[in-house]
Amino acid sequence: MSFAIAGSLDEALAALAVGARPIAGGTDLVVGARQGKAPLPASLVAIDRLDELAHIESRDRGIRIGAMVTHSQLMIDQMIVSGYTALADAAALVGSPSTRNIGTLGGNVMNASPAMDTGAPLMVLGAVAQLRSARGSRTVELSDLWTGPGQTSAETEELCVAIDLPPRPARSGSAYVRLEYRRAMEIAIVGAAASVTLADDGTILGGAVALSAVAPTIIEVDDAGALMTGHLPDAAAAAVATAASDVARPISDLRASDTYRRHTVGVMAARAVDAAARRAAGEEIGVPVNRAIGVGASR
Amino acid sequence: MIVSFSLNGSPASGRVERPISLLDFLRDELKAIGSKSACDQGECGSCSVILDGVVVCSCLVMAADVEGSTVTTVEGLESEGTLSAVQQAMHEAGAVQCGFCTPGIVVAATDLFSHNSSPTTREIKEALAGNICRCTGYGAIIRAFETLAGEST
Ligand SMILES: Cc1cc2nc3c(=O)[nH]c(=O)nc-3n(C[C@H](O)[C@H](O)[C@H](O)COP(=O)(O)OP(=O)(O)OC[C@H]3O[C@@H](n4cnc5c(N)ncnc54)[C@H](O)[C@@H]3O)c2cc1C
Ligand code: FES
Ligand code: FES
Repeated sequence: MSFAIAGSLDEALAALAVGARPIAGGTDLVVGARQGKAPLPASLVAIDRLDELAHIESRDRGIRIGAMVTHSQLMIDQMIVSGYTALADAAALVGSPSTRNIGTLGGNVMNASPAMDTGAPLMVLGAVAQLRSARGSRTVELSDLWTGPGQTSAETEELCVAIDLPPRPARSGSAYVRLEYRRAMEIAIVGAAASVTLADDGTILGGAVALSAVAPTIIEVDDAGALMTGHLPDAAAAAVATAASDVARPISDLRASDTYRRHTVGVMAARAVDAAARRAAGEEIGVPVNRAIGVGASR
Repeated sequence: MIVSFSLNGSPASGRVERPISLLDFLRDELKAIGSKSACDQGECGSCSVILDGVVVCSCLVMAADVEGSTVTTVEGLESEGTLSAVQQAMHEAGAVQCGFCTPGIVVAATDLFSHNSSPTTREIKEALAGNICRCTGYGAIIRAFETLAGEST
């Protein structure tokens, strides 16, 4: 085994260039190895001491979230909670306090599970990933990044250094709702994120909806914006529910049948639109919205 | 490679040749067997330790990655034979059945009370959400910490 702790970003990139795999919190990588999904890579470079990747900063156009920012940071950060609430909803649902303390946004994104919780929120908020290697940097749309379950279009020598989010328009809100059978240590049965911007008359000016755990990757409901625009939130939520169930291509497994997933993802999408619209109108709904609106197992 | 770190306030070091977890390193190499190994997948919290100020599942941390870190395990909570307030609260509430989950619960609760001296019942439950008690003795565990929270208000 070769294991190095990177002391700087350049050191990490140099290690990746000669074949090492990055380990951030290890909450996916180590568990995957234990469960026999994929053996631990022979050469690992730990990126968890790279403090330069552990900040959330406001920029000229929007915000930048370093890849090493943990779910614990995301769920309480004021910029995230007030402006990018769906992401805080998702981070607050991940695992347990211990999982959230070391599990990172970069790890969640690059692990590319179809059931990842931060994926649908990032998609509706218009996020892009910043990838860097010893040879240079590039910006990748999330829809191009995730190519299949556990697969990304990143080269093995590329590190995700940050996720960038554009500024939020006025009168906007977002929410992420997931169906779960218990309140902690759960993986989404299905999940849905919505972002909504309201016009002065209370109708919807625009928005987006994305779904988790119903396809090989996180998917966007392409026509959600058009379906919602010009409508009051209730009507928009109903239209989105049908569209979400229509685009879902879920699998059947131990936890749920495809039919059940297809139906419930519509229900989650409608609830996400409703909560996003209420937040856009200025209503305070706590994070995670699941607890606030009573989705999931009761106390 | 030799990995050196601070364990319960004292320097500790040991040889790490394979990709083992901090939990296995503590138990097998350093013979600190207070932290328990059960699921080995981050699901049950019986291996909880405080690593550089935050509670984590030591079964998910690579031993090689704790070089230079500060680790507190359940063994580090009493002082000179006197139980910590969290330990004493569990003891008084009879919140221990087989005891297998107890070290993890004590560590997770210690982390909670270190940021919040009077947590609500909901905050106690959220803080312990990653700790499974196979004996299902949650009632007494929650009561122990409700009592402790009440004492500090
Ligand atoms: C008990 C438990 C509960 C969980 N619950 C949830 C949940 O509710 N929702 C959820 O979405 N996930 C959950 N997870 C999965 C996991 O915790 C998250 O996906 C977490 O965000 C992964 O981050 P990490 O830093 O631990 O990743 P790691 O395990 O360190 O890395 C994951 C993968 O991404 C790669 N990688 C990591 N960082 C980078 C980077 N910056 N650039 C390029 N590649 C990188 C690694 O090489 C590896 O292949 C859970 C895990 C456990 C153990
Ligand atoms: S043994 Fe680490 S969480 Fe169960
Ligand atoms: S007391 Fe037996 S597992 Fe909790």
